[in-house]
Formats: sequence, C-alpha cells, structure tokens
Amino acid sequence: MSARHAPAAGLALVLGLAVCGIAGARAADAVDPKADMKAFQAYFYEKFPNVKHEDFVNGPYSMDEGMRKQWEEKEEFPPYDFAVEKGKELFETPFKNGKTFADCFENGGIGVRQTYPRFDAKLGEVVTLEYAVNRCLTENGETPYSYVKDDMAAVTAYMAFTSRGKPFAITVPDDPRALAAYEAGKQYFYTRRGQLNFSCASCHVQNPGRRIRAEVLAPALGITAALPIYRSEWGGMGTATRRYMSCNSQVRGTPLAPDDPLYRDVDYFLSFMSNGLPISGPGARP
Amino acid sequence: MPSTIRVRATASGDQTDVQSLIQHPMDSGYVKDAKGELIPPHYIETVTFEHDGKVVLTAFWGPAVSKDPYLKFKFSGAKKGDELKVTWTDNLGKTDSSVAKIG
Repeated sequence: MSARHAPAAGLALVLGLAVCGIAGARAADAVDPKADMKAFQAYFYEKFPNVKHEDFVNGPYSMDEGMRKQWEEKEEFPPYDFAVEKGKELFETPFKNGKTFADCFENGGIGVRQTYPRFDAKLGEVVTLEYAVNRCLTENGETPYSYVKDDMAAVTAYMAFTSRGKPFAITVPDDPRALAAYEAGKQYFYTRRGQLNFSCASCHVQNPGRRIRAEVLAPALGITAALPIYRSEWGGMGTATRRYMSCNSQVRGTPLAPDDPLYRDVDYFLSFMSNGLPISGPGARP
Repeated sequence: MPSTIRVRATASGDQTDVQSLIQHPMDSGYVKDAKGELIPPHYIETVTFEHDGKVVLTAFWGPAVSKDPYLKFKFSGAKKGDELKVTWTDNLGKTDSSVAKIG
C-alpha cells in the first residue's frame, strides 16, 4: 500500500492516503469472470486461427498433425475403455444402504459432467465432480475414493462419457464467496512456482502447441473438458487432481494435498474459461 | 467380472484385420512398489487366436511387454460372420478368453 512508503507526515495525511489506497485497489481488482472468459477465449482463438473452437478440448491433438493421426488410430481402441466399463459398474452398484450414485446427482448422474465444478451456496465452497462423488460416498456411509486415480478416475470417466459433446455450462454466481474461490483459482493458475519458476500459464497459455522435450503442450482452453485421462506416461487413468499434482511436480514444485480446496478452485477457474466448449472426456494422452 | 479382452476383426476380401487389447498388469518382477518391495512377476506368456478351430496366431509374450498390451495382425481365409476366439494365459496360470464375430 502506498501509505507505507509515504514519508513521515502528519497522521491525518497518512490515514488519508491509506483510505485512498484501499479504495483504489478495490476498483482495480474487481473480479469479473465473464470479462476474463471473453479475453481468455479471444486470446486462444486469435493465437490459433486455424483450430476449430470445439477442437481445443482435444488438447495437443488440435495442435500437431502427427500426434493427431496417432490419436485417431488409438481412439479406435481407446485405452480408457476398461475404466469406463469399471466406472459404469461402480456407478450402478448399490451402497450398503441401498442407494446408488444416481441418487446424489441430477438426472441420475447421466450427462451432468458439464455442470461441474459448481459453487454450492449451502456449503459455501466449490464442488468439483470428484468432490461431489466423494461427498456422495461419505453421506451414504461409504469410504471416500482416492482423489487421484483408480475408482475415482473410473466413476468420473463414466460420468464424462455419458456427457460427451455437451457444452461446459459453468456459472460463477454473484456471491462474494464464489468470486473469492474463482479469484483464488485464477491466482493459483498464474502464480509461478517450483524450481523451474513456471506458472500453469507459462506452458498452457504462453506456449501451447510447442514442444517441451518430447511432449506437445496442450492449450489451457478446454483442458478440463478431456478429464479424466488415460496417460501413457502414467500407464493408467488419472483425475483432474492428478493432472494438477503432476504439473506441480514437473516444474519441481511441491504439489498440494489431493483434497486441497485450491485444486478445486483451479478446476473452477479453468472450466469457467472453457464455457461453451464440449466435454470430450475421458481422454487419452501420451 | 467384465472381460479383460477387447477384439475387433474386420474382413475385406480374403484378408481379415484383427485388433485386440488385453487388460493385464504385465509386472516384470523387477519393479518395486511404494514401500520398496518387489512387485512379483505377473505377465502373459501366451496369446492365441483361433479361427474355425485352427490357430491363426500364437504370441509368446514375457516380462518385457508393456501393461495392457495391444496387438494388431492380419490373416487370410476368414469371412464375415465367422468367429474368432482369443485366449491368454499368464505365468500364474490365470487365463481368460473371448469370442468375437468377424465384421
């Protein structure tokens, strides 16, 4: 705040400056998710005029012809197929109390992935699909799943599969808590961290389509639409949380705990930025 | 339990294209788990594809084949509507098989 650097003047003057400072900061930091989204999408559409808008959800394959060919062949026999089948089974198997996942979601949990993450006014926090799945389990007296893979990845893969093609419909309500969560996610996304001093944006906003070692970087726009993913590098499925954690460690930073609310906020921010783009998950990535 | 095998076979003319995906950990026996203990070897040793009671392909696999292996090959002599039977056996004696219709 500017007041701190003001030379020792009369107390009244210092106070006056401080008040001005706070008021000024508030106006400049006004959170406007819709304006952010417009600018965010326009940036990508301008940077990649030849990529169809709905193709951004296919990540690196929208950027690299060779990778696209490999992927198309792979999609004939998708590696996430087993996870979708397992997810369907878990989804339909009743809990000990006789209820199923279908009782926890609108429309029985079918074709609803595009509405997550969402802000829950009652809880006062962001609920991602993974968080909703685990809340459903604990509310029904079951043990929650790991946030990174296995059963969680399978159930969310099945739910994404039933929602394919539906456009992301994320809202940030005019609630100071929702705006704060959105802002926290945005801050996290643009903050540099780790020994390499990279932010999420360094790779996925500044350099999508370029190579980092053998990999082609995916654009941040639409990146959450493909989750969960089968990554050949992992030799298995991983959730959005796993993706964020591995990004953190790839820049030689320390990942947050898998259930950290900040990961949910990042998911909220990124999915809001991708509003209107179709769900393509579960995806397959190298 | 759902099948561990996915097969797709398509005939065009005399030639049949076969693609298959098998779900299997394919542990080599040389990898350690998070606790530092060796994961015991568990891998597929043989895979056979049979058409009309005749083996058209036998694959001898081992610990060097990756997890969830994918296999693609061609053979001749089958027509649309025929059945193709796939069977795998691993080093622990476990086995699974599946029958696919050639499309």
